[in-house]
Amino acid sequence: MRPLSAARPRLPLAACALLAGGCVGTGVQDVLAPRGPQAERIADWFWISFALAVAVFVAFVAVLAYGLLRARRLGERNELPPAHGRNLVLWGGLVVPTAILLVLLVLSAYTDRRISRLGRGAGPEPLTIEVVGEQFWWQVRYLDPAHPHREFTTANEIHVPTGRPVRLLLESRDVIHSFWVPNLHGKTDLIPGRTNDLVFQVDEPGVYRGQCAEFCGTQHARMALLVEALPPAEFAAWWERQLRPPAPPTDSVRVKGRDVFMKNGCGVCHSIRGTPARGRVAPDLTHFASRRTIAAGTLPNTRGHLGGWISDPQGIKPGNRMPAVPLKGEELQALLDYLHSLK
Amino acid sequence: MRAARRGLAAALTCAALAGCLRDLDPYLEERHTVAGGKAGEGPAAMRVYGCGSCHTIPGVRGADALVGPPLAGFAHRRYIAGRVPNQPDELVRWILHPQGVKPGTAMPDLGVTGQDARNIAAYLYTLK
Repeated sequence: MRPLSAARPRLPLAACALLAGGCVGTGVQDVLAPRGPQAERIADWFWISFALAVAVFVAFVAVLAYGLLRARRLGERNELPPAHGRNLVLWGGLVVPTAILLVLLVLSAYTDRRISRLGRGAGPEPLTIEVVGEQFWWQVRYLDPAHPHREFTTANEIHVPTGRPVRLLLESRDVIHSFWVPNLHGKTDLIPGRTNDLVFQVDEPGVYRGQCAEFCGTQHARMALLVEALPPAEFAAWWERQLRPPAPPTDSVRVKGRDVFMKNGCGVCHSIRGTPARGRVAPDLTHFASRRTIAAGTLPNTRGHLGGWISDPQGIKPGNRMPAVPLKGEELQALLDYLHSLK
Repeated sequence: MRAARRGLAAALTCAALAGCLRDLDPYLEERHTVAGGKAGEGPAAMRVYGCGSCHTIPGVRGADALVGPPLAGFAHRRYIAGRVPNQPDELVRWILHPQGVKPGTAMPDLGVTGQDARNIAAYLYTLK
């Protein structure tokens, strides 16, 4: 059975889109807009259970309507013969529901098996990425065991090639989080002390949004991430760019900005490759300027938002681990210049 | 009865006058017209540049920060940045290039375009 594809017009989808005010099936964070084989199978499964639920609902309403009309027509002579009543309860309450639930159970197990086999075994070697959840952001490490010098760390954005399976190793450094990018796969928990894995594949280039799906603390709602799928050649070029540390600043304002960064202890938590900043408890900022968002998908990465974030991280995301550092106005300007030069 | 009616008329006249005075404050109207600025487009521009990460701005979604001054009642402020008088051309200049108006201020130059700056200024003058 070929899975439903996004390109084929789908009647139930269209009906649902109307029902939901047209916001279904198009979004960047949307279970009903699958962009890979795993998500397609989950969407198939959703539509099957949705169709069954609709069928049950329609049948139930039909029987109810029949009963009401019959009662009105027959008045006092409304009682069913005992055998009929017993059969109705037996079939409607036991046999048919059991059969439907069994069908759902079997289909569910079948879907799960199909998904768990995808991208494993035969086929192209999956790309392995380690994702570590922390309150309230994601550390992303690209692994290449054969060439350890080609590994690197970034945060809150996962770039992947299209058409190749991606295997995520999911870990947590504090509490239980859950990784969920609805366009690409279901949820998988990140559990302290163990490594879960999740294999997905993206077939269409694009940016998809995900977020933590297990309540993990005060800023759980602002623990988001982006997955950007690139054609393989572009992905390879992106990887090469990530390996290169940013060029040391040359103009005086950026040099000052780097000094502000180092003197105020930012490097105790953050790292920037090629500098003394080697902190490991906060997002790696080596290529910070190329990221789309700050604070794990909380705000667009613009100068204005970044200025506000550095000046008052607790105002924007109360309870996160970043402290405000008192800076003079010109120090803040220089720091913004420096950070946005880290391409 | 007649006294009550007269009282009502007087009250209505007062209310109408007060309304007019408030809406037609000559100082604000005259001083706060931004040439070419579309106030309705200000909030969208402010969301793009990230003004709300430092300022609390009525009518701008998510703008609830207290890094810089809250901008409620901006039309009644007499000074911008405690330095220049609150006039449209000064405000536009400030939004475009705060570091030029007040070097060393914490407010960054955000690369705001001229039209966006006029729209933002026009919107800020609607905050009374």
